[in-house]
Amino acid sequence: MAESVRQPPKKRDWSWRSQAFRGLVYQALALAAVIAIGWWLASNTAANMQARGIKSGFDFLLQPAGFDIGEPLFGYDSSHPYWQAFAVGVGNTLRVAILGIVLATLVGTLLGVGRFSRNALVRGFCYGYVELFRNVPVLVQLLMWYLLVTELLPDSTEPWQIGNVFLSKGGLTYPGPVWSAGFGWVVAGLALGALGVWFYRRWARAQFDATGRERSLFWVPLGIVIAGGVLGWFAGGMPNEWKIPVKGEFAVEGGSALTPEFLAVLLGLVLYTAAFIAEVVRAGIQSVPRGQSEAAQALGLSRSQEMRQVLLPQALRVIIPPMTNQYLNLTKNSSLAVAIGYPDVVSISNTALNQTGRAVECIAIIMAVYLTTSLATSLFMNWYNARAAIKER
Amino acid sequence: MLSSRTPKLAGLMAIAGLLAISTAHAGPVLDKIKKNGQVVCGVNTGLAGFSQADSAGNWSGLDVDVCKALAAAVLGDANKVKWVPLNAQQRFAALQSGEIDVLSRNTTFTLTRDASLGLHMTAVTYYDGQGFMVPVKSKIKDAKQLKGQTVCVQSGTTTEKNLTDFSKANNLGIKPVVFEKVEAATGAYFAGRCVAYTTDASGLASVRNKEAKNPDEHVILPQLISKEPLGPMVRRGDDEWFAIVKWVIYGLVEAEEYGITQENVDQMKSSQDPVVQRILGVSEDTGKLLGLDRDWMGRAIKAVGNYGEIFERNVGPKSPLKLPRGANNLWNKGGLMYAPPVR
Ligand SMILES: N[C@@H](CCC(=O)N[C@@H](CS)C(=O)NCC(=O)O)C(=O)O
Repeated sequence: MAESVRQPPKKRDWSWRSQAFRGLVYQALALAAVIAIGWWLASNTAANMQARGIKSGFDFLLQPAGFDIGEPLFGYDSSHPYWQAFAVGVGNTLRVAILGIVLATLVGTLLGVGRFSRNALVRGFCYGYVELFRNVPVLVQLLMWYLLVTELLPDSTEPWQIGNVFLSKGGLTYPGPVWSAGFGWVVAGLALGALGVWFYRRWARAQFDATGRERSLFWVPLGIVIAGGVLGWFAGGMPNEWKIPVKGEFAVEGGSALTPEFLAVLLGLVLYTAAFIAEVVRAGIQSVPRGQSEAAQALGLSRSQEMRQVLLPQALRVIIPPMTNQYLNLTKNSSLAVAIGYPDVVSISNTALNQTGRAVECIAIIMAVYLTTSLATSLFMNWYNARAAIKER
Repeated sequence: MLSSRTPKLAGLMAIAGLLAISTAHAGPVLDKIKKNGQVVCGVNTGLAGFSQADSAGNWSGLDVDVCKALAAAVLGDANKVKWVPLNAQQRFAALQSGEIDVLSRNTTFTLTRDASLGLHMTAVTYYDGQGFMVPVKSKIKDAKQLKGQTVCVQSGTTTEKNLTDFSKANNLGIKPVVFEKVEAATGAYFAGRCVAYTTDASGLASVRNKEAKNPDEHVILPQLISKEPLGPMVRRGDDEWFAIVKWVIYGLVEAEEYGITQENVDQMKSSQDPVVQRILGVSEDTGKLLGLDRDWMGRAIKAVGNYGEIFERNVGPKSPLKLPRGANNLWNKGGLMYAPPVR
């Protein structure tokens, strides 16, 4: 009896009294309102721009850019179209963002783990570092590093020199390989090495499960990758042409170079973000119950085994979500690079904006670039998070 | 933080301005100026000789004097100006959005700016060209010696493209290091990051004079690589205001040609020269045609002097900048300053 009363309605109730139906109507109305406002803003902007004689549209992207970029990637020059200039900017942004994320993670993890060191000096240093670097605005830090680099380093005419490596106000100049087809083989060799590492790890895992013997998960893989690269190098006919930098009349010439702008941006972003990452790592480790640590010690694991095999894997679940935030912050903070002359996407966009007057379009491009990179980062981290999460069976 | 946001701000300002005004009709600027009792003038944030504020907030310079002349002609008081300091990036957005009435800020006239920004160029107030500044100790004598070197520039200017053109035409492969703020660009140059700093020659003189620890350690190379006709711009859609700005500038140049100065302007009203009589509104009422009163030009000259006086006071050989009159001399004295007749 009671059953039949409680039974939910079988088919959808298309009446105003149904909560589901009302919900649907409200959602449709809200969506329509958002679209209408968006459309009104867009058409109003377009109409006003036209009435005032301001040209608009994305057609300029196909015109020649007409300006040089200090750190061009893939052979860009000023006769190439605007979209390629933007691509160089995006490339420069990704270059510091990706490198920055990797380095900040390394430095931050070391600092975070250092907070649990038995050595009071190490603990104190890590604590002091975090408090110092996370409390000074990142723009100030960037400007400071740039000032240090440009003020303290020697003039480009009399650089510090170690062998063929020069350091001066002109940046870090070092011998770089002259790119030739043979290097394709080196890349292929490295890729082969990476594949080898994957197999090795599976094997090491199986060995560990079967015998409990630990295999090196750092030196051996590194060796495999390097061996792959060397093999590829032989296969590619041993290309060994180098661009060697030499002291010129006004500056160091030739070779490969890292500009002071790039170095300052990278240093600033890494050291700043590492402070936050250290806190994330510390919180993650602290979230693992003490009993785990005691159990690890009871099993006779060494301090480093305890950290790597017991604490960190469990901490990872707490660490990954806030880490995603830090990665997103680092990428977005890289837009501050424009203040110290690094040609990232914002800087290129500024120049394009001023040459073409297409303000709305250029701002839209910047927004699209950051939105895309941020979403891609989030997607990747969410995937990784799902992998690291506790598997409930 | 703020500084790095300015380009975006500038862009957003433009967008916001466009979003806000739903009636596309451009209102008469002159009415607004009369109603508010002030001319809103966009100037450089700080370029000695062109526009610079002292510690008491008093603005001076060649670009500043143009706005003062406008206020004197339109409102009868050269001090009725609201100054809006703008950096290179913000300037056009500020004019487009209606935040300022006139942009008097060492701005080069180019086709793209004229034809795609919704703005009008009025009249040239300073004929300039882009040059290079290098440290004396580098011993560089010619811009062509900059092959493969780094040069500091400010973004948002005509400078970047000129530099690229020059580098390309002479196959120099110059590496630009581009900064958003002028302080950052000059700071990097003075710190030795770049072998040279490039901008308008007038800007170089100003930076060398004001920013360098020891101006004698830097030289401005004689070679100019571009034409930079600088002058005020106004928004499109208000022909009346456009004409006023143009003719106040022409009037200042014509006043120099006919010998009307800040000092003698009152006596000149009784001059027998028909041209002088017209400029000062003694015979014909030229002001009426522009929507102003008879004495429009007389007041402007009284406030800031004629073009030659403005030049001498702010940037000329006796000022700290010591710029030669050169191309900015009157047409009949070997220069390019040629005003259409105020008639
Ligand atoms: N005439 C050029 C350059 C004008 C310009 O903005 N020059 C720079 C360098 S001297 C400047 O005044 N910067 C000051 C600022 O942005 O605050 C143009 O119109 O693009």
